[in-house]
Amino acid sequence: MAQIVLDRLTAEFRGGEILQTGSQHGNEWARVRRDAWVKVATFLRDDPATKMEMFIDLTGVDRFSTEPRFDVVLHLYSVSLKHRVRLYGGCPENDPTIDSLCGVWEGANWYEREAYDLYGVRFKGHPDLRRILMYPEFVGHPLRKDYPKEKRQPLVRRSQVEAGD
Amino acid sequence: MSTSELEARRVVLGFQDAEDLGPPDLPTQPVPLNMGPSHPAMHGTVRMVLEVQGERISSADIQIGYLHRCFEKESEHATWTQIFPYTDRLNYISPMLNNVGYAMAVEKLLGIDKAIPERAQFIRVIVGEVSRISDHLTCLGASAMELGAFTVFLYALKAREWLFELLEEVCGARLTSSYCRIGGVAYDLPDGFDAKLRDIIERTRVVLSDISKLVERNRIFRDRMDGIGIITKEDALAYGITGPVGRSTGLAYDVRKDHPYLVYDRFDFDVPVGSVGDNFDRFAVRVEEMYQSMRILDQALKMIPPGPVVVADPRISLPAKSETYNSIEAMIAHFKIIMDGIHVPPGEVYSFTEAGNGELGFYIVSDGTGRPWKCRVRPPCFAATAVLGKVLPGLFIADIVPTFGMINMIGGECDR
Amino acid sequence: MGFLDFATTKIEAAANWARKFSLFQYPFVTACCGMEFMSVAAPKYDIARFGAEFPRFSPRQADLLIIVGTITERQGPALRRIYEQMCEPKWVVAFGVCASTGGFYQNYSTMPGADQAIPVAVYIPGCPPRPEQVLDGLIMLQERIQRGEGHNQIVIANEKAAAKAQKLGIAYDVPATAIRPRIEASKG
Repeated sequence: MAQIVLDRLTAEFRGGEILQTGSQHGNEWARVRRDAWVKVATFLRDDPATKMEMFIDLTGVDRFSTEPRFDVVLHLYSVSLKHRVRLYGGCPENDPTIDSLCGVWEGANWYEREAYDLYGVRFKGHPDLRRILMYPEFVGHPLRKDYPKEKRQPLVRRSQVEAGD
Repeated sequence: MSTSELEARRVVLGFQDAEDLGPPDLPTQPVPLNMGPSHPAMHGTVRMVLEVQGERISSADIQIGYLHRCFEKESEHATWTQIFPYTDRLNYISPMLNNVGYAMAVEKLLGIDKAIPERAQFIRVIVGEVSRISDHLTCLGASAMELGAFTVFLYALKAREWLFELLEEVCGARLTSSYCRIGGVAYDLPDGFDAKLRDIIERTRVVLSDISKLVERNRIFRDRMDGIGIITKEDALAYGITGPVGRSTGLAYDVRKDHPYLVYDRFDFDVPVGSVGDNFDRFAVRVEEMYQSMRILDQALKMIPPGPVVVADPRISLPAKSETYNSIEAMIAHFKIIMDGIHVPPGEVYSFTEAGNGELGFYIVSDGTGRPWKCRVRPPCFAATAVLGKVLPGLFIADIVPTFGMINMIGGECDR
Repeated sequence: MGFLDFATTKIEAAANWARKFSLFQYPFVTACCGMEFMSVAAPKYDIARFGAEFPRFSPRQADLLIIVGTITERQGPALRRIYEQMCEPKWVVAFGVCASTGGFYQNYSTMPGADQAIPVAVYIPGCPPRPEQVLDGLIMLQERIQRGEGHNQIVIANEKAAAKAQKLGIAYDVPATAIRPRIEASKG
């Protein structure tokens, strides 16, 4: 379906930037080396054979026991040519950083803030990297697999009335 | 100021010396203004920290997350079927559409997306379009109420009540339905559904025409909606805005037409696309989409075939109750599906459908067990809310109300 | 001690009768229950016939806080501020099971019930509750108002009794449950 995208990627980037490609359940995907993240994304947006003008989604996945631990997953779509692609950018646990795509698509701003908030992946070059879904006083990155689901960090509570007061 | 602008000001303000009121008129200082998480005109709960100069907004920081109910974290601890109630509460004014989107994503991973019985596909389309109509009615009604047209709100809710009662007959709940299952739908349509739905469609057409007569040519409504909150097509592409908001900018993209799923390719319907991208375009696109949904419903009711409503695979769908109580194999199958969950083979998939607000995507990562490794929702109104940070500066404080209303930010979907 | 007994006098009873039929509600709407709240206010299940029709859009003008939908930890400070701003006597209704106990959300972000932060008079379960259930809860609240059993009413009555006792020089122990709740920043 979108094999043309993978073909253009492997044809254009011959320096090992595309680590792996594949197609599963009708979705074409490519694993990109971390330092070529912005370069590949810009190419996909501008190349006339792929023309991925529409930014769809950016999220993170915590693989937990495999390296690299954090995968930044990007979904792109071309309205004119009607094809999609998924890109993976792997970040190791000891250095969970990757370049920001805010310069390529403005909409990446909030999605990257969410990935930072919930997974702890830092985006270099992001204009305003702060928490978006959790409050600033929250400590930790809740969607990581080692954060317990029910560990609350409450902001206000009614005072408990002691017996015998 | 140009002559035509001056004329417009004279007509609106009625002054002879409208030139005296041009900018810069009064000295102002930047003032921070907080439209807090609990605000009567905010649909749901969101906080906007604005900086205003006089009445004009100079910067807007939109803070969401006040309804973050941890959909992803909860799904990692729930079986595949237990996630359906969580999906209901995403875009809670059109819950059926979320159920359908999630079910289709899991079916793609299972590889049974082509094997869903035809009747189940038609039922999913029918309840989905009913949900879409109820979504748009709520959005338009609430926005009109915030602009002062309380009667429009009451008319829209009157029509929505009929739809809620119909859905209650189908699945037992008015709002949070959890009707779809992996492999089909939970129950068949009740008797008399056909006649009731046709009757409701006729009455809703009357309600829609009443609403149009009340607001579409009303001077106050048009002044507050025309030319306000313009989103450009380039912004829609950069931010990934789809759905009625995206189509109002001129971006002709509808998942039902461009990548048809279920049985949408068999219906004859149009997709309204706006041109200016202002609030009134979004309003008009939603009204027209409701008429088109009713067109789809008419055709679907004629074309729906009889048959089973869930795929007949004992590893995926629950056996019939009579079997469960009377045969040991069915009882064990029932037990395994409920306790372990359906075993979805390892893999990743991104599946997308047209929900009330746009392209609702589910990105699911499975590790082969009965619980997902990751179940992400790609929320359509997240992008539309993000673009408000760019659209609001330059508008008046009073313009926030119609603009925010027409974006239709639903807290459950935006914050998940 | 007749005057320290805070059972309602005839004037109190008349005042409570007026209060229960003219509730000025502040709907703190967050989530899906908001849709059923709109249905309760809509023509079919009309809440106006109970006197609680028009939502006051400022907590300073309201005496009934209806918490509609899930409360997250992030909203705690806002909820506290709104409760403190309301005029007395005030009542709180938890609409929906998320506001009552957290619902089926047990995670790092959901407050397990609004009563973790403020005292609640009536809990209306349901996800979302049917409009008839909401009206039943409202009638229950009206009965409690008439009997003077709302938390804030008890607090006010005790404060009045304590002030009167102090003037007369008699000792009066305010029961622990009738003290104004201290809603403070959580220590944990």
